[in-house]
Amino acid sequence: MSLLKLDQVTAAYGASQALFGVDLAVGEGEVVALMGRNGMGKSTTIKVICRLLKNPKGVVTFDGQDITGLPAHRAARLGIGLVPEGRRCFTTLSVYENLYASARSGAWDFDKVHRLFPRLKERGDQSAGSLSGGEQQMLAIGRALMTNPRLLILDEATEGLAPVVRQEIWTAINTLKASGDLSILVVDKTLRELRQIADSVVILERGVSVWHGAMADLSGDVRDQYLGV
Amino acid sequence: MMRERHLNMIILALLVLVPAYALWADEPFTITLATRAVIFALAGVGLNLALGQGGLVSFGHAAYFGMGGYAMGILASHAQSYTPIMESPFLIEGTNSMPVIWLVAIITSALLALLIGALSLRTSGVYFIMVTLAFGQMFYYFTISWPAYGGEDGLSIYVRNQFPGLNTLDPIQFYGICFVILCLVLFLVNRLNKSPFGLALMGAHQNEERAVTVGINVNRLRLVAFVISGAITGLAGALFADLNRFVSPTMFSWQISGEIMIFIILGGVARLFGPVVGAALFILLEHVLGGLSEYWFVYLGAILLFVVLFAKGGIIGQLSKKESGHEG
Repeated sequence: MSLLKLDQVTAAYGASQALFGVDLAVGEGEVVALMGRNGMGKSTTIKVICRLLKNPKGVVTFDGQDITGLPAHRAARLGIGLVPEGRRCFTTLSVYENLYASARSGAWDFDKVHRLFPRLKERGDQSAGSLSGGEQQMLAIGRALMTNPRLLILDEATEGLAPVVRQEIWTAINTLKASGDLSILVVDKTLRELRQIADSVVILERGVSVWHGAMADLSGDVRDQYLGV
Repeated sequence: MMRERHLNMIILALLVLVPAYALWADEPFTITLATRAVIFALAGVGLNLALGQGGLVSFGHAAYFGMGGYAMGILASHAQSYTPIMESPFLIEGTNSMPVIWLVAIITSALLALLIGALSLRTSGVYFIMVTLAFGQMFYYFTISWPAYGGEDGLSIYVRNQFPGLNTLDPIQFYGICFVILCLVLFLVNRLNKSPFGLALMGAHQNEERAVTVGINVNRLRLVAFVISGAITGLAGALFADLNRFVSPTMFSWQISGEIMIFIILGGVARLFGPVVGAALFILLEHVLGGLSEYWFVYLGAILLFVVLFAKGGIIGQLSKKESGHEG
C-alpha cells in the first residue's frame, strides 16, 4: 500500500486554478521524483500535500488516512517532513535551536543528524542566517529529519548551490535512501542527479500529471516533450 | 561592545546598588522610584513575551495590569472592612496576605488573557492591535461605572498588605520583594525562551508557514504565550497597587498599555532585559524631565523617535552585541 496517495487533486489560488488533476503515489521506502518545467504545479502539489493550501479538491491519503481536512501542523505530525524551497530556516535562531525547536522523539536525534551533516555540529552556536547556502540547506534537511518523518519532501533541494555542495547534499540524500526506512518525494529539474536516486517519476504539465513510471522507463521522447526547455 | 549577558549583570547590580545607596543616604523617595521601575519592568517583561518573542503587538496589556490591581484592591478592601466578598454558595473573604493576592492576580489575569487571546488571536496585524486595545478600554469604562469598588475614584487601601516575616511598609523591604519577584520571573522567562516552546514561538514569529511544516501548532503556541504574558503583567499590577496602596480605573487605561510598550521599545524588543532598562529610563526621565516641565512627554517622544529610527535593538541592542542568534 502506498504511504502517500493523491487522487485527482485539483487546487486553486483564489480564482486562478493551478492543479487540474494530479495523481501521485509514494510507497514505503520509495523515492519518487516529481518533475516538470517551471510553473507546471510542482510547488502547488507540495503545498497540497503539506496542507498549506486551503480547500484543494480530490483525495489525499497518508498512511491510509484522508488528510484533506487536517490543519498543516497535524499533517506534519503524522510524519510529513518538508524541506521547503529556498532553504528556509529560522534565520534568527542558532543552528542548534533550529533543530531543537523541531525535535520530536524517534530514531532521528541530534547525534544522527550530526553524523549525516557534521558541519551542523561545528556550526551549532552560529545563527542560521549567517550560514552559507549549502549549510542552510543541510540545516533545513536536518530540521525536517528531527521531526522524525516517514515521508521526506525535498523541494528544489539543490537549486542555486555550487556543484561541490550539490554533490554533498545528493550524497546525504543517497545515504537517507540507503537506510531504507524513509520515503522521499523529491522535486527537482535536473535529471542527471535524480537518475541515481529516484525509483519512479511523476511528470506534471500545466497542473496535470501526464506521465508516471519507473525512472528506467523515462525515454528520450518523454523527456523532450515534457522536460526540455 | 560587551556581551549581552555581562550588560544584564551590570543592570542587576545597579538595581541592587542604587536602592542600597538610597538606604545609606536616607532617601526613601529614591527607593520608591526604584520600586516603581522594577514593577513597571515586570509588566514589560510580561508584554515582551507576547510582543517581542511572539510578535503579538498587544495594545491592551493594561487589562491585565488593571486586573492584577483590582484583584489586590478588592481582596484588601474586604479584609480592611471585615466584610466577605460573597457568602453564598460558599464564603469568600478578603485577605491582606500578599502571596494569596499575587496568586489570585496571576490566575484572574491569566484567565482574562485566555479569553481575550482566544478571541483576538483570530486576527492579526493592525486588527489585532485594535481588538486588544478595545478589550482594555472595555475594562476601563467598566470599572469607572462600577460603584461597588469606588467607580471613577478608585479604592484606597490604608495599610500595605502583609508578607510573612517582613515589614512591607518599610520601603526597602517592599523593594526587596519586588526585586526578587522580577529576578525570578526573568529567570523563568529566560528558561522559557530557550525551551522548544520559546524557540518555536520565535520561529513562528519569523515565519508561520515554516513553523507549521515542522508540526508546531502555532495558534495554541501563541495563545499559551499570551496567557503567560498576561499573567506576568497581572502580577505586576498587583504589586503596583500595593506600592500606591490605591487602585483606580487609570490602571486599565490605554496610556498604561502604551507605556508598557514604550519600556520595551526603549530597552530593546525581544531582549530579556529590554523592558528592565526601558522602565528604569522611563522612571528616570519622568523624574528628571518631569521636574523641569509638566510637558516632559515631548522629550520622551523625541527620545522614542530617535530610538526607533536610529537605535535598532533599543538601548540593550546599542550597548551589547548579539549573543546567540535567537536573542537578536
